[in-house]
Formats: sequence, C-alpha cells, structure tokens
Amino acid sequence: MLSCNDATRLLSESQEQRLSFRERMRLTAHLMMCSGCKNFGKHLHVVREAARAYAAGEDERADRELS
Amino acid sequence: MSNPEAEPAAASSSSAALQDGPFIEDLRRQMIKFATLQLGNPHWAEDAVQEALAGAYKNAGAFRGHAALKTWVFAILKNKIADVLRQRERTVEVSALLREDESADEIAALFDERGFWRAAERPVGWRDPEQAVHDRQFWRVFETCLEALPPQWARVFMMRELIELTADEICDALGITAGNLHVTLHRARLRLRRCLERNWFAEEGKRPC
Ligand SMILES: [Zn+2]
Repeated sequence: MLSCNDATRLLSESQEQRLSFRERMRLTAHLMMCSGCKNFGKHLHVVREAARAYAAGEDERADRELS
Repeated sequence: MSNPEAEPAAASSSSAALQDGPFIEDLRRQMIKFATLQLGNPHWAEDAVQEALAGAYKNAGAFRGHAALKTWVFAILKNKIADVLRQRERTVEVSALLREDESADEIAALFDERGFWRAAERPVGWRDPEQAVHDRQFWRVFETCLEALPPQWARVFMMRELIELTADEICDALGITAGNLHVTLHRARLRLRRCLERNWFAEEGKRPC
C-alpha cells in the first residue's frame, strides 16, 4: 500500500499535472482506506480556492463588510 | 510555448492588455500581495511593483496578450524582489536556509517511519470551509500561515496558487527542475494546510475523525 507521504505527494502533484493510470489506481486504493489523506485532498481544494479569493481581493471585501 | 491564436495581431494585443484597466488593476493587486509577503515591507513591495509595471510599458512588444503579460511581469517582479533581498544582510539568507531545513524536518515528522500519518497529525474534517472567505479574521490567519513558510516555498506556492502560473512557467522563472517544484509545492501545502487547521478550521469542537 502507498504510504500517506506518497499519497499526499500524488494528491499535490495532481494539482499540476494528470497522474498516470497506475498512480491514480494506487491513490484511489489508498484513499478508500485512509481518512487522513482523504481530508488532505479536500483541504488542497479549499486552500486553492482561498488563495485565489485572496489574490482577487476577497480579504479586503471581508474587511470592508465589517468595518 | 507560443500561443498561435495571439500570433497575428502582436502589437495591438500587447498594448490592449496594458490598456485593459480592470485587468491591470487585478494584476497590480496580485503583484502587491506577492511582493509584500516576499519582502515583508509594503513600501518596498510598492516600489518593486511600480518598477516591474514600468518595465512592462517600456517593453510592450515583448509579450502577446493578457496571459503573456502576466507571466512576463511576474518574472520581472521576482527579479526585483531578489535584488532587494540580496541587498539586505547576508544573515537573512542564512536564516532563510536554516528555516527551510527546520521546516523540512517538521514535514518529515508528520509521518512515522513507514510514511503514515502520526495520530496527532492526521488531517481532520474542516468546519464550514466556504464561510471562511467572508471572515476577516480568517484572512489574518491565512496571511500569518503564508508568512510562516520558508521564503522559497512561499514564492513557489504563491506563483502557483495566487498568480496561477503553470508549473512550466514557474520552473522557467525560478530556474528549478520539475522535480524540485513538486517537492516544494508538496511541502508548502502540507505545512500551510496544517497551519490553517490548527489556527482556524479545527479550532473549536475538534471532531474525532
Ligand atoms: Zn494516507
């Protein structure tokens, strides 16, 4: 079985490039068994969305709404 | 690498990108964020961004279209930032490398000898992630976590996620290999994710996972 270190590495890489068929199979098998890595994968998307919102000035809008 | 669609109207499309007010405004905002986090000083950041944009206006023929302008401007900005950092004490550089070493050790400590999550480090479910963007406190945490990354990790992460450059563009701009890029992004994400979880998403009512 893939280690969590390798599984998170593949999850990270999948944000830059398409994984090979073999990598996808191994990752899917790992994620079925591992809640930690499954959460990690969800968190990567949240982090990406947050970074884009930040670049688009969402933090300044949040500031204005409250002040 | 060249973009065939943009080929015919080279001169007009480059000046069109520079005259697109909202686009330049967005670009400027992204650049200021990037530079401020890199330099830790808003005035230096402002200066570096000003110079990079001035360079773009001077060399309007060097790129075609919006995406190319963005890549081009960030490559210049990255050099300006490197110049400013180089002019500072050498101790800054030494401490940055030290930080990178320490941070790599911290990342290694997330996993046991077999490479599986240590129990205390296993990622948990996050509360209301879509609510966070509306909370100004969240953005303070987000900035603090970004600033806590070693400079090179932060640089690569921001070029990828804030500026949305492609992996190839980042490798070209920083002169690093694809392997290096993947390792750096993996570490930066592990660390940033952990910081956000500890300081925001799992703050109250930690759930057993
Ligand atoms: Zn795992």
